Amino acid sequence: MHCQTGSWGSYVPTTRTTVGDPLERIERLASENAVVIFSISSCCMCHAIKRLFCGMGVNPTVYELDQDPRGKDMEKALMRLLGSSPAVPVVFIGGKLVGTMDRVMASHINGTLVPLLKQAGALWL
Amino acid sequence: MQSFKAAATTNPDMFCHSSFFLRGDDCNSRNQTRFPDLGELDHPAAAFHHDDAFDLSPSSIFSLKSNNVGVVANTLHYGALNTSIGATAIVSSGTGCLDTGQFMYQKGATFGASLGNGHIENWADSGLADNSQQTDTSTDVDTDHKNQLHGVQLGAVMVDSVDQSKSKSGDQKTLRRLAQNREAARKSRLRKKAYVQQLESSRLRLTELEQELQRARQQGIFIASGLSGDHGHTVAGNAALAFDMEYGRWLDEHQRLINDLRSAVNSHMGDNELCILVGGVMAHYDEVFRLKSIGAKADVFHMLSGMWKTPAERCFMWLGGFRSSELLKILGNHLEPLTDQQLMGICNLQQSSQQAEDALSQGMEALQQSLVDTLSSASLGPSASGNVADYMGQMAIAMGKLATLENFLHQADLLRQQTLQQMHRILTTRQAARALLVFSDYTSRLRALSSLWLARPRN
Repeated sequence: MHCQTGSWGSYVPTTRTTVGDPLERIERLASENAVVIFSISSCCMCHAIKRLFCGMGVNPTVYELDQDPRGKDMEKALMRLLGSSPAVPVVFIGGKLVGTMDRVMASHINGTLVPLLKQAGALWL
Repeated sequence: MQSFKAAATTNPDMFCHSSFFLRGDDCNSRNQTRFPDLGELDHPAAAFHHDDAFDLSPSSIFSLKSNNVGVVANTLHYGALNTSIGATAIVSSGTGCLDTGQFMYQKGATFGASLGNGHIENWADSGLADNSQQTDTSTDVDTDHKNQLHGVQLGAVMVDSVDQSKSKSGDQKTLRRLAQNREAARKSRLRKKAYVQQLESSRLRLTELEQELQRARQQGIFIASGLSGDHGHTVAGNAALAFDMEYGRWLDEHQRLINDLRSAVNSHMGDNELCILVGGVMAHYDEVFRLKSIGAKADVFHMLSGMWKTPAERCFMWLGGFRSSELLKILGNHLEPLTDQQLMGICNLQQSSQQAEDALSQGMEALQQSLVDTLSSASLGPSASGNVADYMGQMAIAMGKLATLENFLHQADLLRQQTLQQMHRILTTRQAARALLVFSDYTSRLRALSSLWLARPRN
């Protein structure tokens, strides 16, 4: 299953200036797709979470922070948001923050993840 | 036994001497002539216990009269004996002095039963022959060394000193026999002494080992809890030891809780009380995950190795523990009957735990691949010697990757914990109780299987 990466629209120039602060950017990016994952390409836990969604039949939008010029700032912003390190992987569904790997897994096991995905339109019956 | 010592005899083990056994065969014919009024004594089968002895002291029992010894059975309770034999009962050929050390008597009922007509052979003499007191009894006893191992049934020894004349004819044989018995008694005493010494030294060794173990454990815990960061190797080793110990204790407590739960279920306890017990087991599971998390911080490789589990468990282990997807497979149809909603919940749980497991497994594979890439980077090979900085850099990267192992183990344990909790949520109290019992039994059997396997006979 192919998971698309780093595509937030071809009309947006990649050299966009850092007008908004990183957190704002994160929130904007998160709201543009049903399932958004912020990741680092060398992180194995990020790989695991990607495989989890792909295994469920979801096609998440993934942003590799190590491949983004403003990735460092965003990573710091995420750390502040989550209150813990590591900052990645972190998942947004329907624009709302779900959390890191343990939150995602916990919600999957207790059965709340799938309804959330359906609600966001990422999963169809 | 103590009382014998108190009786100032040198041979406390006298009573186990074979000479105290009464035998039918040889003596019969002889005895018939001498003791016409006595029948035959059978050996009852009761076993001899050291504890059963008897505070017999020679002085209280016997009064020596010239050549003959009259035995007064003051301290011996032989109601039956007395009735069947008579106060003067007895045995001897009459001439010998019966020197009695200790002897054993069998308690009450059996004695009476065994006496039959109350014939008691004069077994006592030969055994007593080794006593420090005079031993030239002429009583006639034939003993069997082997018998002593099966316990001793002793009748009372009552020596009738009346018939002196009869003894003279059998003097030679009697003396020889007495000598033999003395020898047998001596050997038996030596054997027993050796055995007791062996037991004593083993006991000492055991207490020594226990103390050593206790000390080692305390040291292990002390060092593990006071981690200073140096002596990394010993610290990790102690952490592993500390976890193993804690886990051992956890297992014992778990078994106790499970046993309580089992008896509660079998006794059809009410739901309210059962709920508390189930909650207790669940909380105890939380405790093991907490222990594992502490252990992982101290020594992640030890946790992943599964050396704290039995071999069979270890073989089928996944990321440091049981497979959460397998939990539901183990439960199988033990949970029935289930409502439709419950059934759906169980199916969803099965699927989601499987998916989560697969995701973590793939993450671990990616980690291993990444390590392979790092460790086998371009700086290795013939040109490796040149670039130390490169080597150190690669090692640093590899170290960073290894650090994520702890996170994977943590996620795996979380998955296990959450699967258990979700199962608890879906099921009723009674179903949950049954599920916990089934799962615990499965694990116990797997552990038992390990033991059996290790102990199996090999050719």
